[in-house]
Amino acid sequence: MRATRRAPGTLPWFASVPALVVAALFTIGPLVVVVAFSFMTRPPTGGGVVFRFTTDAYRSFLFTKDFTGQLRFNPTYLQVFATSAMQATVTTVVCLLLAFPLALWIATRSPRAQGLLVLAVTIPFWTNLLVRTYSWMLVLNENGLINRVSRAMGLGSHELLYTPLASQLGLIYTFLPFMVLPLYSSLSGFDFRLAEAAYDLGAHKLTVLRRVILPLARPGIVSGILLVFMPALGSYVQPVLLGGGKVLLIGNLVAAQFGDSRNWPFGAALSVIILAVLVAGLLVVRWWARRTGTTVSISL
Amino acid sequence: MVADPGRPVDRRPPAVVARENGLTIAGATKTFDTPEGGQVHALDDAALAIRDGELFVMLGPSGCGKTTLLRAIAGLETLDSGEIYLGRDRIDGTPAHSRPVNTVFQSYALFPHLTVAENIAFGLQMDRLPRAAIADRVAEMLALVRLDGLDQRRPNQLSGGQQQRVALARALAKRPRVLLLDEPLAALDLKLRRGMQDELRRLQRTTGITFVFVTHDQEEALSLGDRIAVFSQGRPAQVGTPEEVYERPVSRFVADFIGDTNFVTLPMQADGPRQVVRFAGGPPVVLPDSVPAPDGTVTVAIRPERLRVDGSAPELATGVLTELVYMGTDLRCTVTLSDGTALAVRVPPPFGGLHLVPGATVRLGARPVDVRPLVPEGSAR
Repeated sequence: MRATRRAPGTLPWFASVPALVVAALFTIGPLVVVVAFSFMTRPPTGGGVVFRFTTDAYRSFLFTKDFTGQLRFNPTYLQVFATSAMQATVTTVVCLLLAFPLALWIATRSPRAQGLLVLAVTIPFWTNLLVRTYSWMLVLNENGLINRVSRAMGLGSHELLYTPLASQLGLIYTFLPFMVLPLYSSLSGFDFRLAEAAYDLGAHKLTVLRRVILPLARPGIVSGILLVFMPALGSYVQPVLLGGGKVLLIGNLVAAQFGDSRNWPFGAALSVIILAVLVAGLLVVRWWARRTGTTVSISL
Repeated sequence: MVADPGRPVDRRPPAVVARENGLTIAGATKTFDTPEGGQVHALDDAALAIRDGELFVMLGPSGCGKTTLLRAIAGLETLDSGEIYLGRDRIDGTPAHSRPVNTVFQSYALFPHLTVAENIAFGLQMDRLPRAAIADRVAEMLALVRLDGLDQRRPNQLSGGQQQRVALARALAKRPRVLLLDEPLAALDLKLRRGMQDELRRLQRTTGITFVFVTHDQEEALSLGDRIAVFSQGRPAQVGTPEEVYERPVSRFVADFIGDTNFVTLPMQADGPRQVVRFAGGPPVVLPDSVPAPDGTVTVAIRPERLRVDGSAPELATGVLTELVYMGTDLRCTVTLSDGTALAVRVPPPFGGLHLVPGATVRLGARPVDVRPLVPEGSAR
């Protein structure tokens, strides 16, 4: 029997091989390595792993062994997770509050202006994140822009760089476009005649926003929240460069395990725990989306 | 009548006589800037008096200002100048959400995230009606538009006709004093549209609410309206009952826009004390109340179905049958007169005894009332 002819515009199956190879090598491969390492033993000298199965890495996330060998609950790492979650939450909320009016404003411009404004939102992507973070350091440091203006106004200088505030500021700055773009894409598809209809039916402007625009922008809001919260939870660059690494967050905790602490299994286990938390979060979002009939797509 | 098309352009501030009832519009003017930097006069000193409880149709080609005026009545568009009164109350400064006026939008604009019942309840919730009252009114509206049982559906689970009914129910639920309908049937197919026209007339009679209906479909306007305003260039060119605008169009524009019409321009002649015209060597036809143009001609409008070929009306002229199309309900003929004037003629059945074949010579006749002299173009505005 002859093979069925392909539909026009489609490629044979082997056309996807390069993509599959890339995915296997750079996504699934490292993931398998991380999961495998998290169940191995730390060599006595530290660094690397010994191929012997153990769940010690996961145990040490919550418990420490005291000198008698008894397990004791140790909330230190949970606190690191809580601090990170807190910072990611603040980032997400502030980004949402800043991005929504901006996205709504862009979506109500003329089509030409919309194109230009969206381009403007993506301008930061053209420059390397490290470069942008260093420029924040120049703005915030002792002799930076803000302190010079502050001194000129007689308000004295402030310690800005290497504070949690600086780290938070850096996170908000970095992730704002990731909130604006999905919000804009759900609002640009919004039929503003619906707002007119609501207005005609007696709704005031704020009611129109609450009862019509917000519910219809929900898919964009959810994907914006996911796109900001997930990377913000494991962020590394901003807490280290702007926060001075003073506050221990998941990102620098993991990095430390592969660096100074030389505890690869524990670092791997921490990564797996973050992954598990995020997957659980996504499952909740999926359950909610099915229940409410909301379409959620994690895309810009 | 407020809109008198024979009146010369009046630039004085409108002397508004707001009546006890109805919707009065005076001097409505609205100019839009075009993207090319030009200006469009969407409304140009438009005036209208719509009566309470009538089904009023605003008819006109796209860009004639009818939709802009509808949106201005709704409060979705601000007039550059002019006044809108509901009864004696001036409403053009009132925000849309506070006007006792609701709109059925061309796109229906149903809230996709709400069910049918929630859509209908929306306006009532805005009025902060008690829950029980809202539920009662929603049920009443569902019954009124015959959508019982579909209250938990979402708009995308409904057919176009059903969505239309929800839009109607949602707008009527607030019991507005005026219901505005912006080409609500344009998206429906012909058969559904006919059904909805009957439905709209029924709803209007049952509720007694004033309906202001915008359309560009002259047939829809004729079949639906108690009165029609034919819009041209930002203002009503004629306001009247369907019969008035069809039988006695005041201008070439109105005659041309509503139905098919033959226009013939003829020199006005004096026949003793009477003003007459002659069609290509035919007998004189008296035009009692006609105004000749400066060049001494007059344009007459004659509907194709009012021309007779069976000798049952006074003769206009003799011509040759040059084209013949069988349409079932009638024969569509073209009769060419000796001076080359081609007239469209519709011959009603029975066709049998008339010997209508291309090339045949026919005597065209028309009742004097069916030969309508038009006001010359210059003075029509």
